Amino acid sequence: MAERKIKVIIAKPGLDGHDRGAKVVARALVEAGMEVVYLGLQQTPETIVGAAVEEDADVIGLSILSGAHMTNFRKVRELMVGAGLGDRLLTGGGIIPTKDQDKLKELGVGRVFGPGDDLQDIVDYIRRNARRTSK
Amino acid sequence: MKGPPVEKKPSRAWKEKFEGSGLRDADFSSISGRPLEPLYTWEDAAVADPGARLGFPGEFPYTRGVHPSMYRGKLWTMRQFAGMGTPDQTNERYRFLLEKGQTGLSVAFDNPTLYGRDSDHQLAVGEVGKTGVAVDTLADMERLFAGIPLDQVSTSMTINAPAAWIFAMFLANAEKRGIGFDKLRGTLQNDILKEYIAQKEWIFPPEPHLRLITDLMAFCAAEVPQWNTISISGYHIREAGSTAAQELAFTLADGFCYVEHALAAGLDIEDFAPRLSFFFNSHLDFFEEIAKMRAARRIWARAMRDKYMAKSPRAWLCRFHVQTAGCSLTAQQPELNIVRTALEALAGVLGGCQSLHTNSMDEALALPSEKAVEIALRTQQIIAFESGAANVIDPLGGSYYIEKLTDELEAEAERYFRRIDELGGVVKAIEQGFFQREITRAAYEYQMALSRRKKFHVGVNEFVNPGEKLEIPLLEIDEAVERDQVAFLRRTKAERDNGAVRESLDALKAAAAGGRNLMPPLLECARRYVSLGETSDALTEVFGQYREQPFY
Repeated sequence: MAERKIKVIIAKPGLDGHDRGAKVVARALVEAGMEVVYLGLQQTPETIVGAAVEEDADVIGLSILSGAHMTNFRKVRELMVGAGLGDRLLTGGGIIPTKDQDKLKELGVGRVFGPGDDLQDIVDYIRRNARRTSK
Repeated sequence: MKGPPVEKKPSRAWKEKFEGSGLRDADFSSISGRPLEPLYTWEDAAVADPGARLGFPGEFPYTRGVHPSMYRGKLWTMRQFAGMGTPDQTNERYRFLLEKGQTGLSVAFDNPTLYGRDSDHQLAVGEVGKTGVAVDTLADMERLFAGIPLDQVSTSMTINAPAAWIFAMFLANAEKRGIGFDKLRGTLQNDILKEYIAQKEWIFPPEPHLRLITDLMAFCAAEVPQWNTISISGYHIREAGSTAAQELAFTLADGFCYVEHALAAGLDIEDFAPRLSFFFNSHLDFFEEIAKMRAARRIWARAMRDKYMAKSPRAWLCRFHVQTAGCSLTAQQPELNIVRTALEALAGVLGGCQSLHTNSMDEALALPSEKAVEIALRTQQIIAFESGAANVIDPLGGSYYIEKLTDELEAEAERYFRRIDELGGVVKAIEQGFFQREITRAAYEYQMALSRRKKFHVGVNEFVNPGEKLEIPLLEIDEAVERDQVAFLRRTKAERDNGAVRESLDALKAAAAGGRNLMPPLLECARRYVSLGETSDALTEVFGQYREQPFY
């Protein structure tokens, strides 16, 4: 039986219209054989995690260039754990200072990517880390 | 025009020698993917009728510049875009920049403000003051410009969807300080079309936004005559991933759309067209950028004179601001961004810009620190005062390569104009996702070219420093900013005359439902300390909300 495709939710939380990176990554993941649900702009942590539950997603990817990364990643992580998705990967990208990347790691967020990161690295990272602990 | 005999020699014999020599295995196309010849000669260049194609600076079709004297008359305005945290903090940065020799102000608002939301809105959490300054009411506008002589410096405001009511607050502040509207100089970005196309910061569907823009144009023509009412922007289109030709074509097409809406609303082209200005990106591909800016002036002048029949030469001018390309900056080895920015800034100057913003080296990581901003400003000063670039007008004019590229970009833009017309115009093309798809495709192709190492970014996919450590200080916005700003907004709301607030909002809604110019009721709302979000909500009741179908 064919292996189930890795399913990734990609979303832009809050009031941030910079969607170039989110769309480029979404397309690269699809071309790499994953299934992508792109929620688009002006999402809240609630709508994002709600979609992840509904889609039974393996991965949530947030794109944040607004400076609100600490607030949004923390909230999405909390809601994921609350919704029983604690074993799924939360990752993302944007304009995120290195210091904050370390803090995000402590919150249980995976690697976050920034300008200049290679698409293939992102694909490989997700493929390696999208495995769930159950099912 | 006769060249020296050697120039008339055909390039054939050289071409054979060229092809017989060993060539590097590399991609020689432009950053936009444009195929390039190894050499341009008199056979390529637009030597036919240079009078009609180039003219002289300050003369139709303005290919060589909008002013007869260009930088010998006046250097470009050095205008660094700045804003962060609370209005008080941004006010401090403005005073710093003016003290360092900056000659104009440029306000960066935070995301909630750009979307017309108050700092206490549910979607604003974590974003207040982060990528710009938060402005909720007139009280914030008062703090933002405290002690700054608004009748002496020009002020540019990067604001689009709620531009009309932010401008109303700006006017109400000037009024309170006793500064006449006729003394105010500056620019509103106020370009909603590129929001749908690229930056995605909108509130209503296109038609009501376009009405607000024409209302503002009519109001300014009568009351604020020195104000540039729209800065038609290619910058964000390019940042979203477009090619140089797409940036050129989509921006000018947006410009034509504004002109057509204003004409349809009965405005006089001689009044409003001289107050339109443009905003272009200056990316890494030096020559292509210069050609793009030269082509923009020629296309705009021809259209304004010959298609829209404007009679006054001032209505033909494509005057523009340039910002170096944020998307070209790297988080890796950030000091190298100083060099990238210097090259891009030089292209903006050689392209004949009227004002220029140079990005700071740390902007792929955070908002710029004071030190980084100072270096960026000093970069412009080096170009202006050391490099000699400001001594001669359009110094690359007549270069075979530059002239050929200028012609090619113009032809590509014309092809896009025809496609947009076929789709039913700019608004219809937006609704069909045409621009958005073109840009998304170009962005993906460029990213793949980087990934496949056909294109290079030093420090990113070539000449990488493994395990590099960041050695520059980054600006941090304290989380207290959001709490302070929200508390200040609540206090303002508690202290104002809330009866007057309700009355002015009712008057605004009535005007919106009818056809009257919305600027007077917006100004009244501003005077009454009605907040940005309250104004947006009242207008949304009448105009409805816009939603984009997500795609990638």
